[in-house]
Amino acid sequence: MPASFYYGVEVMLNGLMAGVMYSLVALGFVLIFKASGIFNYAQGVMALFAAQTLVGIQTGIVPFSHMINAALGTKVHYFGWNVPTLISILLVVGVMIVFAILVERLILKHLVNQEPIILFMATIGLAYFMEGFGDLMWGAEIKTLDVGIPQGGNVFIEESTAFLGGDDFYGFYLDTLDIYATVAAVLLVTSLVLFSQYTKTGRALRAVADDHQAALSVGISLRTIWVIVWSIAGFVALVAGVMWGAKSGVQFSLSLIALKALPVLMLGGFTSIPGAIIGGLIIGVGEKMFEFLIGAPFLGGATENWFAYMLALIFLVFRPQGLFGEKIIERV
Amino acid sequence: MLYREVGDFKTTYRADGQTFPIAFDRWRYYVVLAFAFLVVPFIINDYWANAILMPFLIYAIAAIGLNILTGYCGQVSLGTGGFMAVGAYSCYKLMTGFPDLNILFCVLLSGVVTALVGMLFGLPSLRIKGFYLAVATLAAQFFLVWLFNKVAWFYNYSASGQINAPERTLFGYKITGAETSAPVTYLFCLVLVVVLAIIARNLTRGHLGRSWMAIRDMDIAAEIIGVNPLKAKLTAFGISSFYIGVAGALLFSVYLGAVEVGEVFGIQKSFLVLFMVIIGGLGSIFGSFAGAAFMVLLPVLLKNVLVGTLGWPTDIATHLEFAIVGLLIIVFLILEPHGLAQLWRVIKEKLRLWPFPH
Repeated sequence: MPASFYYGVEVMLNGLMAGVMYSLVALGFVLIFKASGIFNYAQGVMALFAAQTLVGIQTGIVPFSHMINAALGTKVHYFGWNVPTLISILLVVGVMIVFAILVERLILKHLVNQEPIILFMATIGLAYFMEGFGDLMWGAEIKTLDVGIPQGGNVFIEESTAFLGGDDFYGFYLDTLDIYATVAAVLLVTSLVLFSQYTKTGRALRAVADDHQAALSVGISLRTIWVIVWSIAGFVALVAGVMWGAKSGVQFSLSLIALKALPVLMLGGFTSIPGAIIGGLIIGVGEKMFEFLIGAPFLGGATENWFAYMLALIFLVFRPQGLFGEKIIERV
Repeated sequence: MLYREVGDFKTTYRADGQTFPIAFDRWRYYVVLAFAFLVVPFIINDYWANAILMPFLIYAIAAIGLNILTGYCGQVSLGTGGFMAVGAYSCYKLMTGFPDLNILFCVLLSGVVTALVGMLFGLPSLRIKGFYLAVATLAAQFFLVWLFNKVAWFYNYSASGQINAPERTLFGYKITGAETSAPVTYLFCLVLVVVLAIIARNLTRGHLGRSWMAIRDMDIAAEIIGVNPLKAKLTAFGISSFYIGVAGALLFSVYLGAVEVGEVFGIQKSFLVLFMVIIGGLGSIFGSFAGAAFMVLLPVLLKNVLVGTLGWPTDIATHLEFAIVGLLIIVFLILEPHGLAQLWRVIKEKLRLWPFPH
C-alpha cells in the first residue's frame, strides 16, 4: 500500500472526528425541533455562550466589567479567584437551565401557535441577543478554554500505526481532543437514548414530539417539557462549546458551527437522533475527502465552506425528508 | 373621516384598476414622491446620504425582492447575500468589460444575470419545502461567496481580491467612482427604487402575484385549482433575484465603490434583509420600505446615542447594538408578528373613524 493511501485513510479518520463534532451540535437542534417544532437557530450561539460563561466563571471575570468600566470609569476586570473546572461546569449547567426557563417564560409562551417561520425568526433574534449579551457580559476577546483535556496529536496511535505505510509514513495523526470529543458524544447520545426510552420524563418528551395536543390531553405540561428540552439542548450546547472551545479558542466563529450543523440535519432528517449522528459523520468524512481528493488539487481549496450544503442540496432533491426523517405526508 | 374607501366613485375601468385606487393612499403617495424628488435633493448632505438615505433606498430594493419570494410566494431564502454578490460582480464585469455601456444598463443587466442564477438555485424548491429549502438556499450563499473569492476572473485578477467601481456617468453626471455628489447618486437610486416598487406593486396585484400567494397559502391546493407550481415558484425566484441583484449592483457600484465579497455579502447580509422583511411585514411592499428604514436607522441611532452622547467605546456599543437588535426582533414578533405594515393598517382603521370614534 502506498503512503498516499494511508494519508487518505487519515483524512477520513479526521473527517469522522470532525463529523462527531458536527453531530454534537446537530443533536441540540434535533432535540428542540422534535419537542417543540422550533428550528432553533440560536443553538450555535448557545454553545458559544456556554463556553464563554464557563471561561468567565473559571477565571473569575467580573460580568459586564467592560460596560461598568465604560459607564462608571472604574477599572474592574477580575474577581481574582479561579473556580475548579468541575464546579464551574455545574454552575454553567445551572445557568443554562435558568436560560431555558427564561426563554420559555419570555419568548415561547407568547409565540404558541405562531407559524414555524415566525418561531424561527424569533430564535434568530435570540441568537443576535445572546451574541451581544455574551460579549457584553464576558468581553469579546478570544479566550482560551482549559478543562484539562490534553491537546495535540495522540502519540500512542501515531506510533502504533507507523509500521503500516513504509518509510515515509509516520502513523495516523489524530488529535487527542477529538478522541475525547468522540467519547463524550457517544456517552451523550447513549445517555439521551436511555433517558428518552426508560424514564417517565423521557416518555413524556416522546409523547410531545409525536403529537402536542394528544400529549396535552393526557396531562403532560407542554411548558415544563419545553423547559426540560431547552435545558437539555443547553447542556448539549455546553458539551459542544467545551469541545470546540478547547480546540480553537472561545470566539465568535464558534457560533458559526450552527450553520455547519444545518446540512447535517438536512441529510439526517430534522426529527431523527440517529440521523443527526450519521448525517454528521457523512458530512465530516465527505467534506474532508472532497477537499483532499478534488478541492485542494483542482478547485483552489477551502471547499469545506460549501461542500456540505451542496451535498445536502443535491441529496434532498432525491429524498426531501432526509435519510431518517419521517415521511412528509401532505393533505389539502 | 380622513381615510375613506367610500364616496370615491370611479367612472372608468382605468381609474378603478389604478395602482392606488383609494384617494387618501394616492395623495399620500404623491406627497411622499414630491418630497423625495423635489425637497430632499436640495437639502441632502454627504452624511445623510451615506449614513441613511442611500443604504435605505438600496436595501429597500433588496427587501422588496426578498418580500416577493418570502412574503408573497412563501419560499424562505437565506441566500440573499449571495445573490447580491452575483449582482455586484456581474455589474463589475459589465462595467469593466464594456466601458461604453451605460451604467443604468449595467445595473439592470446584472439584475438579469442574478435572476438567471436565482432561478437555477430555485429549481430545488419544487421538491424541497419549508426549512429544508431555507437551508438549501444557504448552499447558494456559501457557494457563491466562495466562487467570487476563489475564481480570479471575477475580480479581474486584481492583487487585493477586491473589486473597485470605475467612473461612469449618466447624462453627464458622475454616478460611480470617487467624485460623485450626493444629490446625483441619490436621485439615480431613487428613480430605480420608485420604478421597481411600482412594478412590484402591480405584479403582486395581478395574475402572477395571485398565483404566488396561492402557492404560499397552500401549494398542493393551489396546484389542484390550476396554478402551475413550476411557473409560480421559478418566476418568484427569478423576479426576486432580479431585485436583489439590482440592489447588490447598486450597493457595490454607487454606494460602496469597493467591495470584498466575504465582508460585504456574507451570511449577515442575508439575515439583515430577512429582518427587514419580517419587521416591515411579510407580503407588503410598504412593509419592505418600513423594514429597510427601521434596520438602517436603528444602528445609526444607537451609535449616535451610545458613542456620541454617552461616549462609550465603539466595540461595546456594537455588542449592545447586537443585543438590542435581537431583543427588538423578539419583541416585534411577540407584539406584532405581521410587522410595521400591520401597524399602518391599524392606523388606517383608526383614521377611518377619527375624530368621532363612535
